[in-house]
Formats: sequence, structure tokens, C-alpha cells
Amino acid sequence: MTQHSLRILIADDSDTDRLILQALIKRLGHEVIEATDGLEAVEKFREGSPDIVLLDALMPRMDGMEAARHIKALAGERLVPIIFLTSLSDAEDLARCLEAGGDDFLTKPYSRVIIEAKIKAFDRMRRMHDTLSSQHEEISERNRQLLEEQTIARRVFDNVAHTGCLDSPNIRYHASPLSVFNGDVLFASPRPAGGMLIFLGDFTGHGLPAAIGAMPVAEIFYGMARKGFSGADVLREINQKLKLILPTGMFCCGAMVEADFKLGQLRVWNGGLPEAWVLRGDGEQLLLPSRHLPLGILPPEQFQSVMETVHVQPGDRLLVMTDGVLEAANDRGELFGLAGIRRCLEQVEPAGHPFDVVLEGVRAFSDKAAESDDLTLVALDITDQPAVPDVSGQSLPSALAGPTEWRCEYEIRERTLGDFSPLPLLLHICLEVPGLRTRGGEIYTLLSELYNNALEHGVLQLPSEWKRSAEGFGRYYSERQARLARVEGHYIRFSLHHTRKPGGGRLRVVCEDSGAGFDFRNHPLVSGETGEGIGPRYAGRGLLLLKRLSKNITFRGKGNHVEIVYDWNFSAHQGDGDDR
Amino acid sequence: MTDRQHLDEEALAELQDVMEDEFDVLIQTYIVDSRDRIASLKTALAASDADAFAKTAHSLKGSCINIGAPRLGELCLEAEEAGKAQDLGEASRLVAAIEQEFAAVTGLLEGFLVR
Repeated sequence: MTQHSLRILIADDSDTDRLILQALIKRLGHEVIEATDGLEAVEKFREGSPDIVLLDALMPRMDGMEAARHIKALAGERLVPIIFLTSLSDAEDLARCLEAGGDDFLTKPYSRVIIEAKIKAFDRMRRMHDTLSSQHEEISERNRQLLEEQTIARRVFDNVAHTGCLDSPNIRYHASPLSVFNGDVLFASPRPAGGMLIFLGDFTGHGLPAAIGAMPVAEIFYGMARKGFSGADVLREINQKLKLILPTGMFCCGAMVEADFKLGQLRVWNGGLPEAWVLRGDGEQLLLPSRHLPLGILPPEQFQSVMETVHVQPGDRLLVMTDGVLEAANDRGELFGLAGIRRCLEQVEPAGHPFDVVLEGVRAFSDKAAESDDLTLVALDITDQPAVPDVSGQSLPSALAGPTEWRCEYEIRERTLGDFSPLPLLLHICLEVPGLRTRGGEIYTLLSELYNNALEHGVLQLPSEWKRSAEGFGRYYSERQARLARVEGHYIRFSLHHTRKPGGGRLRVVCEDSGAGFDFRNHPLVSGETGEGIGPRYAGRGLLLLKRLSKNITFRGKGNHVEIVYDWNFSAHQGDGDDR
Repeated sequence: MTDRQHLDEEALAELQDVMEDEFDVLIQTYIVDSRDRIASLKTALAASDADAFAKTAHSLKGSCINIGAPRLGELCLEAEEAGKAQDLGEASRLVAAIEQEFAAVTGLLEGFLVR
């Protein structure tokens, strides 16, 4: 007796033979289905789906060969062994049985021993086949699942890491559609006070592990950029987060670009990516190599988020890429490399764009290896005042919800003046007022003008005219660093006061600093005179901006005490979430 | 012509063991089945249908071998070959031999049943 009971179909038109065979098989512990001809055999097979079929070769209505063909077709993927019952001795007849799909023969007279051995052997084969095909099915199911999961993950990721302002007319980029699974990420966000923040990252590894790290980076980037944090702040946060979540050996090479078009200034941080290229309108090329370890390696206290500042003007371009560009290989195994980029840049025609030429060049170079598209390339054009698409997507605020009557005072002192920007925090507090939420850009501009003036000209006593020349620009920033180390006894104090008024509200911001102040009474812009007069503080643009944005601006004391009043209305400003 | 025995007693004993209570049914079935097929052989012969003759002889051969009647099986094989060769004269001679052998086998089997 076998432990394993099978269902066995017997088809034979001879009652005698069928009787003997079914008795033999039942004694082996199997279940028997009987048929007296080929047609009945096919029907019984369809109804009972037996595990093994024993077929007489010659039968009326439909012979065994034809029945075998039908049964094999019905069985499909399933392996159903067919054993021909025969006293055929002609080799040709036997061969025909096999061609029809037979797996073996059983000759008359039937032998108990042989029947048992054959049934056992075919049962083993059948079960092995089942195991294999269920494993195969499992594998294809897993694979299908994996692809589905990737698609879902991609969708979730796209929701977190929307394209931001990557579609701005002054940005060009190339990333493969599933780039996140190559470990590449590219984000861009407008900054509340104007300008942009762009991050290009390249995670070690591939597939889901590489993509997983991309999620928090996207969230940190977009969350912080929107609130006005600087590129350095965002980098510190990303590094800290990745250090925490990524296993040892996994990290993210990346570059952060903070573009201020008004100041004509690019700030770049490169940790582990290939050289970023600044391509001047006049043909000059400036390479910004990696000066830092990738993100996610250093502990927060050792991490350096200092960004390189580059003076730029309209017509200049910035090119940043992942190492997929340099490592693109041709069929001889040669790499594209820096030389490849240089070759491409030499060929840029006056009307052409280096981005297109480089992308075209690297594609032509690697030609057939195009499927292994694992590179991301982004170009930023420096323009006067780029039109940034509105990516806020905010809904209109409810008129009455949120805090409307409040005041707060926030003072930063001493060393903190050099280490910390209070602007995101202050902006955050202000944006808790629903009516101010769509005015984040203006509020940020007001706060940052006040703060930067208080810090740079009030506390640090830096003359703003230095910034008007290229050399002075560098001097200004190095002096700024130096003086920030000597701020003992200094402070900057913000007092914010918000009240409701009919149809809107009023925000009063007072900014005081411990600096020497300035002679505001004779300042041409304060006294209302127009002209080219440039004072030591609130030179040109800054003060004009404050005057334009606020209802009222008042200087007090030595000029180190400024108060502005900002009024807003629900109706007047709605939908005008202008971030410039 | 053939020196095979009418019945293979050893094979029959094994069948008896396998079939248990159904052994009698098997023998009865074989006798009725074979009688029908011999009648079919004659019909095919009368109709000069050599193919039908060969097929019927083939089927009969199978059950004779299984039941343990080797000499009858041998005659059926010869009949099958005669049919395939379209040799109706030989076929006719073999039908007579088959009938005679079948009578002998039947007699012996019935004796087997009584035992």
C-alpha cells in the first residue's frame, strides 16, 4: 500500500482487462475511475481530474492515442502521466503511443509488481512537477508583486517628492523614470523670499533600499525649503536623518544649490558628487568639486554644511550631475569622464544649451548601453527674476480659524547669532495665522530684511557697499564670518504682535539690535527723498522692499529699533500666493 | 503448432488472490466477453472486413493473455496478423482453431470456478 492515495483513470474496452486492472490498483490503495472507450475517458478526465491515466491503445469510438492528445491538452500545465495499456509488440505502434503523449507502457499480462512500481515512479515525477510549477508560480507571483510594490512605492514617493519647481523655465533636467530605484533623487523648491533650493542626490545601492532613503530626504527638503530654511540647514537635517536611519555603508552623495537671483549669488555644497560646473556667459568655466563626505556618514557635530558662495549673473549656468554621467561606458569599456564633458562643452554652439549637448554627448557615447540609464543631470540658468511656478497648492484659509490675537518676543544672543537663523521659527509662528499663510513670501521677506540688516549692519557693522564689487563680495563674506565669532554682549530681539481687524489682521514686527544704529533722520530713503543716496544701512533695495511691503515703517532710538506694520485682508490678496 | 498450455495455473492463482470475491465475476465476464468477440470475428470474416477482424483479434488477445490462457492468446495474435495481412483464408482457419481452444479453456475455467 502506498501512503499516498491517487485517483487513477482506467480506459479499456475489454471488461476482463478493466476488471483485473481496477482490482490491482484498488489493492494498491488508489481510487479508480473507469471508462470503456476513448471518448468516455476524455469526459471522465474532465469531470474527475485524475492524477494518472491508464489508456488502452485500441478502443472503439476514440482510440487511446487520440484520447491521450485530448487529455494532455486538458491537463495544460499540470503533469498527468499517461500510461498505455498494450499488448502491442510492434515498435512502430509503441512509438506512435509515445508521440501521442504517452509517458510509458504497461504490457499484458499485468504484473502487480510492475504496476505498483510504475505508479509510484510516476507519482514521484508528478509531485516533483507540481512542486516545481508551484515554485515557478510563486516566483512569478513574487515578481509581479515586487513590480506592483515598486509602482506603489513610486507613487508614494512621487506624492512626497513632487517635482517641486523643477518645471521652472530656467531648470533643465534629465532623470530616468524609475530613477528613485537607481538611488537618484532630484528636488527643487522655491524659497519663500525668492530664489530656489535644488538638491541632487545619489544613494549607494539600487532598488528598494536606495529608494527608501529618498523618502525622508524628500520630506525634509520640501518641508524645510518651504519654510525658508537655508540650504545649509536642510543639509544638516538630511545628514542627521540619514546618519540615523541608513545602515553602515549606505549613504547619499549629494549637492545642494541655493540660488538667489536677486543677489546674483549661488551657494553650493557638494558632498561626493562629480564636479559641478559653473558656465559663465562669457565662456569661463568654474569647477566646484566635492569638498565634503557624502550625507549620512558623519555624526551631526562633525558635519560641515558650509556652502561655497559663487557670484553669478544672468546668462551664467550651473550644471550638476550624478556619477552616472562620468561613468557612462562605451562598448570598448571606456568611460565618458570629465574629458567627455569637456569635449561636449567645447561644442556648444552660441544658441545651444550645454545641458542638451552634454546629455546628447553621453547618450551617443554609451550608445547601446542606453537601457542602463542610471544618470541624472540638471542645469540651472541664472536669470534676472525667474518665473517660478506656484507649487504651494495650499487651500484658502478659513477666515476665523487659528490664532489671531497674540504677541511674542524672541531674542537671540551671543554665539547663537552666528550659529542659528531665527527666521524659519518666526515665519512658522506667523504662518499659524491662516490669513498669513498665502503671504509667506512677503512675511519672510520682511523678517529676513529686518534680521539681516540687524545682524550684518547693526551687530556686525558690515558696510553694504562692499557687496557691490566682486572682490568686495568675497571680503564681505569672509569678514562676516570673522566678525560672527566676536559677538559677545550682542543680541537681536524680535517682538511680533498680531491683532484681528475687520476683514483681516495686522502684524506688527519690532526688531531691535544691540548695534550702533544709524542716522535714519538724514537717510534719503527714510526721509522720503528719492535719489542715489546710499547710506551705511538699509542701502537701496532692502529699505525699498520694506517700504513697499508694509503699511508703515518707523525707526526709533539710534536707528537700531525698527517697527513695521503689515496689514492684510482676506479678500484683497487671495490666491496671490506670490513667492517673490 | 503451439505447445503452450491451455491455462497458466500460476497466473490464475495470482488473479484469484488479487480479485478475491470478484474472481468468479471476472471469469464469467471473460467468458461472456470472449464469446462476444468470437462472434464479432465471424461477423467481420463474413463481411470480409480484415481490419475489423484484426482489431477484434487484438482485443481478445489482450484479455486472454491477462486471464492466463496463453495458447488462446497465441492463436489470437496469429489471427490479428492474418487480418493485418488481409489473409482471409488463414483468418477463417484461425477462427475455427480459436473456437476450439476457447471451448477447451472455458471448460477448464469452469472447473477452476468449482474448485
